[in-house]
Amino acid sequence: MMLRPDLQLIQQWVRPGTRVLDLGCGDGALLDYLKQHKQVSGYGLEIDPANIRRCVDRGVCVLEQNLDKGLANFRDNTFDMVLMSQALQTLHRPDQALEEMLRVGRECIITFPNFGHWRNRLHLAGIGRMPVSKFLPYEWYDTPNIHFCTFRDFEQLCRERGIAILERTVVDSEHQDNWASRYLPNLLGEVAIYRVSR
Amino acid sequence: MSHDATADTAASPAQLNLPPDSVGLVTPQTFVFDEPLELSCGRTLDHYQLMVETYGTLNADASNAILICHALSGHHHVAGYHSLEDRKPGWWDSAVGPGKPIDTNKFFVVGLNNLGGCHGSSGPTSINPATGQPFGPDFPIVTVKDWVTAQARLADRLGIQRWAVVIGGSLGGMQALQWSIDYPERLANAMVIASAPKLSAQNIAFNEVARQAISKDPEFHQGRYADHHSYPKVGLMLARMVGHITYLSDEAMREKFGRELKRGKLSFEFDVDFQVESYLHYQGEQFSTAFDANAYLLMTKALDYFDPASEYDDDLAAALSRAQCRFMLMSFTTDWRFSPERSREIVNALVVAGKDVSYAEIDAPQGHDAFLLPIPRYMELMQTYLNRVASDLNIIPAVQGGQP
Repeated sequence: MMLRPDLQLIQQWVRPGTRVLDLGCGDGALLDYLKQHKQVSGYGLEIDPANIRRCVDRGVCVLEQNLDKGLANFRDNTFDMVLMSQALQTLHRPDQALEEMLRVGRECIITFPNFGHWRNRLHLAGIGRMPVSKFLPYEWYDTPNIHFCTFRDFEQLCRERGIAILERTVVDSEHQDNWASRYLPNLLGEVAIYRVSR
Repeated sequence: MSHDATADTAASPAQLNLPPDSVGLVTPQTFVFDEPLELSCGRTLDHYQLMVETYGTLNADASNAILICHALSGHHHVAGYHSLEDRKPGWWDSAVGPGKPIDTNKFFVVGLNNLGGCHGSSGPTSINPATGQPFGPDFPIVTVKDWVTAQARLADRLGIQRWAVVIGGSLGGMQALQWSIDYPERLANAMVIASAPKLSAQNIAFNEVARQAISKDPEFHQGRYADHHSYPKVGLMLARMVGHITYLSDEAMREKFGRELKRGKLSFEFDVDFQVESYLHYQGEQFSTAFDANAYLLMTKALDYFDPASEYDDDLAAALSRAQCRFMLMSFTTDWRFSPERSREIVNALVVAGKDVSYAEIDAPQGHDAFLLPIPRYMELMQTYLNRVASDLNIIPAVQGGQP
């Protein structure tokens, strides 16, 4: 089974036999993979009807739930890991979401795009307009990405909230690890995968 | 052991001028049980019968059976036609048939009339062997748990050790939940639609208004109306009218009737002016001629009493921890009688209990009625889920219109 590159990166950090919650689980590919290869159990949250149907088709447990309405329906420490790929920047209150993820799960794995990448900086500084690229294809007015941040911003938030960063991998837009994103991640990295806990 | 409801009809639906995705002409069967059934109320039914309809063919290892549990006013006639003169097919014909979401080419589908009903299963209109007269108000109050026990005995009789799926909407969903708790090893999946883990005070209140309407009708005669060759028509009409209002959303009523007038102008009398009034009168009238008043009282009580968590210190997750099946829950956005919040209570309890569960909230303007309607997303999701069930259980589809 071919997994999307960002999901491939996440799955490496999920321990076998754990209980996970996948926020914005899409078509359920990650949960399906984890179930089959790592005996992981758990649920995906999703709001898109077509994706929900794909999850049901795969036999993945999916719950229709809007992440912006919180995770109050889940008890503390229900899950070993809470996963969220490329959704943090689309939420109304990413900080509250992060707190909630760490309440219902012991650890979180989060990926998001780096707004501090040099191409974005150049776009804004040079042209004076919000960056639009193949990787971030939206205009400012129709983008679902309403809370962009840089890696440094995210790490600052974690420090303020007493959240421990256990692991970080920075990659390019093809989700490849290269020397550049390791050398100057906040300038040269495009996507980060963080593993965090309290 | 094979059951094929259409076996005694040689003609295909097409030859009979019925839609090709209809199960065609069907014949109900009566199953008589002589093993006493101890009821939740403490009384015992020594003998009883269940009226049953089946569609499709039970496969050799009896792994393809689906039980459909009916709601308040439903019965065994789920799909197809009893005769070519029938104006309407069974109550869930839109979902059950060859190629439909509950696909009779793959599954052997069982519908029954629950105990206490008035469509052929033992109930208030049946003869009480002790007196030789109809039970009337003396028929014992039955619960969802009692129904499920009777359904399990029916499964034994049909040679079904384990249902592929138990499906139900509303009160039917409560039966599916009860199945998962009482007979965890006897179902692989439970599909619980527009249901609730127990009724709210508001819901019980609506049922009480319905019961009062019936029992305060002068023709009710303490439930012995048959002895007086009468029945509480007005009471039943009122009960159904109240019910109907709660089954529709505000939006659905506005869409359907608005403030449209029946005669084009106001009458300035206390008679029917608006179309919605006329509709409610019609629905009430229809229902009052088709449903037994004592049976209606029983059905509403079964709804009110359902509360599986009550035996587990009001902990629904503890009650459901016994379950072994997978769950699929669905609710409808404008349903205020069994709102999405109520389905989510069940989902949350299943998550706490660590069970396999999926949940979808279908955007539909029709209110509670939506669970009976062929809403595209609802039907597609049901089909997807059941296709998955069929492949997980290695169910091989029969050749269209023929035997496997």
